[in-house]
Amino acid sequence: MKTANKEITAVSLVQAALEKAHKFQETHNIFTFLNDIEALKKAAEIDKRIQKGENVGRLAGVPYALKDNFLSSEGETTASAHILQGFTSPITATAVQKLEAEGAIMIGRTNLDAFAHGSSTENSYFGPTKNSKDLERVAGGSSGGSAVAVALDIVPFATGTDTGGSIRQPATFNGVYGLKPTYGTVSRYGVVAMGSSTDCIGFFAQNPEDLDLLMQITAGQDPKDMTTLPDFYGKDDEKFNDPIKKIGVIKDFNNEAVAPSIRKALQNKIEELKAKGHEIVELEMPALKYALAAYYIIVPAEVASNLSRHDGIRYGFRSEKSDNLNALYEHTRDEGFMAENKRRIMIGNFVLSSGFYDAYYLKAAKARTMIIDEYNDAFEKCDFILTPVSPNPAFRLGEKVDDPVAMYLEDMMSVSVNLAGLPGLAIPAGETEDGLALGLQLVGPRRSDADLLKFAAEMDNDSRAGSTETHADIFGGKD
Amino acid sequence: MEVNQEVIAHLAELSNLALTDQESTRLVSDLNGIINYISQLDELDTSGIEPTYQVFEMENVWRPDEILLQDADREQLLALTKEVRDNQIKVPKVL
Repeated sequence: MKTANKEITAVSLVQAALEKAHKFQETHNIFTFLNDIEALKKAAEIDKRIQKGENVGRLAGVPYALKDNFLSSEGETTASAHILQGFTSPITATAVQKLEAEGAIMIGRTNLDAFAHGSSTENSYFGPTKNSKDLERVAGGSSGGSAVAVALDIVPFATGTDTGGSIRQPATFNGVYGLKPTYGTVSRYGVVAMGSSTDCIGFFAQNPEDLDLLMQITAGQDPKDMTTLPDFYGKDDEKFNDPIKKIGVIKDFNNEAVAPSIRKALQNKIEELKAKGHEIVELEMPALKYALAAYYIIVPAEVASNLSRHDGIRYGFRSEKSDNLNALYEHTRDEGFMAENKRRIMIGNFVLSSGFYDAYYLKAAKARTMIIDEYNDAFEKCDFILTPVSPNPAFRLGEKVDDPVAMYLEDMMSVSVNLAGLPGLAIPAGETEDGLALGLQLVGPRRSDADLLKFAAEMDNDSRAGSTETHADIFGGKD
Repeated sequence: MEVNQEVIAHLAELSNLALTDQESTRLVSDLNGIINYISQLDELDTSGIEPTYQVFEMENVWRPDEILLQDADREQLLALTKEVRDNQIKVPKVL
């Protein structure tokens, strides 16, 4: 790697990233915290260790941005919510520990929809993050800050969380790659919980190769997260050895609810794949139509439970308005949560409350089984599935923020992947005539994460063939 | 199912939220819109289908019953709260 070769120093890399971060912060509102002092200190230490000839790790001196729902002692962990303001975590998330053990340096915490509730980063206590291509438009969400930080080339990678599309959708709104791994691949220890049965840790980067390296570093079973799967990442699966792939396309997803620009991008990609000899398989998956309804029952139920811990007693914001304990809970939560947090808590308690449990929650849990079965059947017929991520390119700031159902509909093609626990990879797919980013997603069977990335890298390299541009500037030529 | 102010008040109590009148009014229309959308699940025939609550594929993850080294000690955790007396967190009166 170039840093280790002393061609460039960690300090100069981190300094450049911080300068860009400060500059774009003024226009795009990407960060909730900038880590100037600690980041430069760490970079200087890495440079010293390199001079001594020490092994400094695979990400030595590489600056990165951390979504502000990952706990670490550097800066307050707020999840972009008022109720967590003032909370500096004594513990550090497993994923952060693993990245930093390889020498990565966090330069800033990125903005999100508070508690990752949203599809635009407008539900943030710190105000919206602006789209990297158009300042009048949303960054996507909930990991909007991370997507924009990578798209504007402030950092080569950023962390994200994806409960219903929160990595893949902002990735496509900003023209970068975003991976939501198989459920249970990367430890969730030390990450603010949203919907525990679908929450995943993943990454944004400019190319699939970098995502692969990040997964090699962070994937793996963690005794501190009982839902991590036994180590599997990077183990070869013979199923994917054939260079000719069968790519499934879901018939129902190509309809008038999807913007013409996205349907065209999908069609172009299909033609491109066909031209390379891959086989296209048309899939009928009628239950997927109900994924969004099931998602907006199951996840709010889990949200209501996960957010019940925020009581103003042990950490974060506490309301001054109260003269007794119960009033303190109620006022702290009313003042500390954003409107969308409250909506989801209320919906969650509604679908779980007696009299409605069977009609909503149990029904959604059964729909989830049908969705999983449809995916299992689909992967008997194909290797990967290619779909849009969202029905529209980045929409205008303020356009949907007052209409919760319109905002939820943005997630219609991403949430089924979470309900089934599958890996999904957002890939850039050109631009609209107005210069907005377009993206698609590749979905694979459980544990096919590395194969998905490999396939995406092949597609990417083919389309870059003839170009001299490479991604290797910072991650370097692998050793 | 029609959500009204009474339902909102009940849910607010379950949710420990001291909603303002304006918020309650807004939530009546928001929740009705959302419930109207999620009710489309009624169309789906789920007879004979088992529910799925997690996609983890594994059950009963065991570990030895030993105290693991904690990432944060008592002092660090108490430092996060507003007021501490004798190693206890001070709160307003309960009743």
